[in-house]
Amino acid sequence: MSEEPQKSQQAEPKMTDGGQAAALHSRRAFLFKLSVAMNAAVGAVLAVPLVGYLLGPVTKREPGDWIDLGNLNEFPVGQTRLASFRSPVERLGDGETAKVACWVRRVAEKQVQVFAVNCAHLGCPVRWFEQSKLFLCPCHGGAYYADGSRASGPPERGLFEYRVRLTDSSLYIHAGDMPTLATEASCGKKPLVQIERTAEADGDTEGASA
Amino acid sequence: MMGPNSEKRKGLLGWLDHRLGLYKPMKDAAEHPTPANNASWFYVFGSAATVLLMLQVVTGILLGLIYSPTASNAWGSLQLLNHSIPLGWYIRALHGWGSNFMVAIVLIHLVQVFLFGSYKYPRELTWMVGVVLLLLTLGMAFTGQVLRFDQDAYWGLGIGASIMSRVPWIGGSLVHLLLGGPIIGEATLTRFFDLHVFIIPGILLGGVAVHIWMTLRHGVSEWPMPGRIVSKETYEREYHELTEKTGIPFVPDAAWKDAVFAVAIVLAVMACAFYFGPIGPSGPPDPTIIQTAPKPDAPFLWLFSLLSLLPPELETPFILIAPVLAIGAMLLLPVVAAEGERHWARRPIAVLSVSVIAVVFGLLTHYGSTTPWSPVMDAWSSDPIPVAYLHDRTPLELRGAVVLQYKQCRDCHALGGVGGKRGPALDTIATRMTEDQIIRQVLQGGGNMPAYGNSLNPSETKALVKFLLTLRGENQPRAVDASRDVGVKPPVNPRPHK
Repeated sequence: MSEEPQKSQQAEPKMTDGGQAAALHSRRAFLFKLSVAMNAAVGAVLAVPLVGYLLGPVTKREPGDWIDLGNLNEFPVGQTRLASFRSPVERLGDGETAKVACWVRRVAEKQVQVFAVNCAHLGCPVRWFEQSKLFLCPCHGGAYYADGSRASGPPERGLFEYRVRLTDSSLYIHAGDMPTLATEASCGKKPLVQIERTAEADGDTEGASA
Repeated sequence: MMGPNSEKRKGLLGWLDHRLGLYKPMKDAAEHPTPANNASWFYVFGSAATVLLMLQVVTGILLGLIYSPTASNAWGSLQLLNHSIPLGWYIRALHGWGSNFMVAIVLIHLVQVFLFGSYKYPRELTWMVGVVLLLLTLGMAFTGQVLRFDQDAYWGLGIGASIMSRVPWIGGSLVHLLLGGPIIGEATLTRFFDLHVFIIPGILLGGVAVHIWMTLRHGVSEWPMPGRIVSKETYEREYHELTEKTGIPFVPDAAWKDAVFAVAIVLAVMACAFYFGPIGPSGPPDPTIIQTAPKPDAPFLWLFSLLSLLPPELETPFILIAPVLAIGAMLLLPVVAAEGERHWARRPIAVLSVSVIAVVFGLLTHYGSTTPWSPVMDAWSSDPIPVAYLHDRTPLELRGAVVLQYKQCRDCHALGGVGGKRGPALDTIATRMTEDQIIRQVLQGGGNMPAYGNSLNPSETKALVKFLLTLRGENQPRAVDASRDVGVKPPVNPRPHK
């Protein structure tokens, strides 16, 4: 008998404990959700500089620069010769990958074309063949005429051409991005697709066979 | 059973396990019952791939002790490994050949699972994760090839950038993201180092854990039987019954075959590494050395072929859309075909698909290693015209032979089986083309041949064509223009005459 009230006394606080526990649980669950939300918010803010760092190569465009290719006399009129320079956008540790090769075609005393060695198909280095007056690509067999226009094979267009500036004795080109179909900004403009371009070749052919 | 008293029973190990609590779950996982009919030599490829992955991790960490991930030093550090560091060559060889073996074994594993229909319910997600693991393995192979940072790696990156540049609108940004800057250089190598050493291996190891977890959870698929249909309602009950009836503990009753195969495959890697040595590096990554014919490693030769054989106007859509479709199809396969027959004898389309894909990839890889589309850059100066083709020729025709050689025609056209294979062989050209047709083709080009009107003068053209007209087998008639006779003189009788 004496234990009865004790029990009820014990039970009574238990009930209130239960109520308190439920309230505590609900409060803790709320605080947990709140803290998760705060973590998400901080994470989102933190992500901005992290993603910005990752996108650095896209957001910071290197404009490139004019490069001295040397004395014009090194490129005789009527010939196409390989020249090389160090990229103006070189960075620490680039080593020999910062070297760039290009084909210089001296058309006339004051007329020069400078082509990227990178094939307009997939970027392999094209080689000049003086005898057949063609640039040939070793990877997939793209071929270009002496003026850089597409001759045959998988390329969709002619060779990429650098912008050229001539002074009295020196040849300058504007270089920057590695030339691809989308990053030819530092190169001279050329029509993108010239697959069906044969008119000029035909015209020349008639002249030669006449 | 694994109560506190196990500590007394097992000494130090017991003490450890009381704290770790891993002994029993691992023992249960290893000894889980598996249907007796799948303890087969066909079921060993998954574990072999895992063993090779472990080999790659260990050898990769060892290479990391010496390798220098900078554009200026990477190539040199590989030379150091090959020639100066004791056994450096062998660790490089193990890593390189381990990579080739891993790609091959993962592919074989995939084909086996496909042909056995093991991707069906309830193992769909195991297959999907497996597809991702295959892509990650190929990603490791590609990024590893970049870390070799030789000529092939340099120009391979150029090819990757050129492919990226074909994506509409964001192509330029993708190129810069891939290269880490405006040109291939230090930033390019370090991001591929990050991918190869941290990012892809992390995902790969996590993926393998999930893949194995699901394999344990659903059990290894039983040997397929013709007529035993997978149905979502009954499969799990049937598999459970089969396991209860015929089950054997995976370790050791089934796993001994995995273990034997693992030994064989590791020995094979060791032997290849020993006999063939390390793979590369080829020439230094100096972009001004253009006397190079870059080629990707074996797992990507098919892609190299595809990029040169596609018609130009199809290329960009194909390389941007086809991978999405192919990967999507592989991922969705188990969703579309979750139920039905598993046995290959009842799945002719599956068998046909595998056969066709295998033949296509095999042929593309073969062509990738022989590159018949590439001009042979030195054929004109190194491969003489067969002497038989010079006998009994007039001086003009002989002059034509000189023109043919000097104008580099041989770079693309073979004579006597030697020379380029980009254009047709010229041994019997006079039986296929008339004089007029040859002149037109040489001067104007067409059909994938450049026009030579600019580089041949009229006398060279005349000599060249006269020589080409002598190229026909004995007793083979010259090609004739059938329409010419018709146009010049009206036929006497209504039937066309020869």
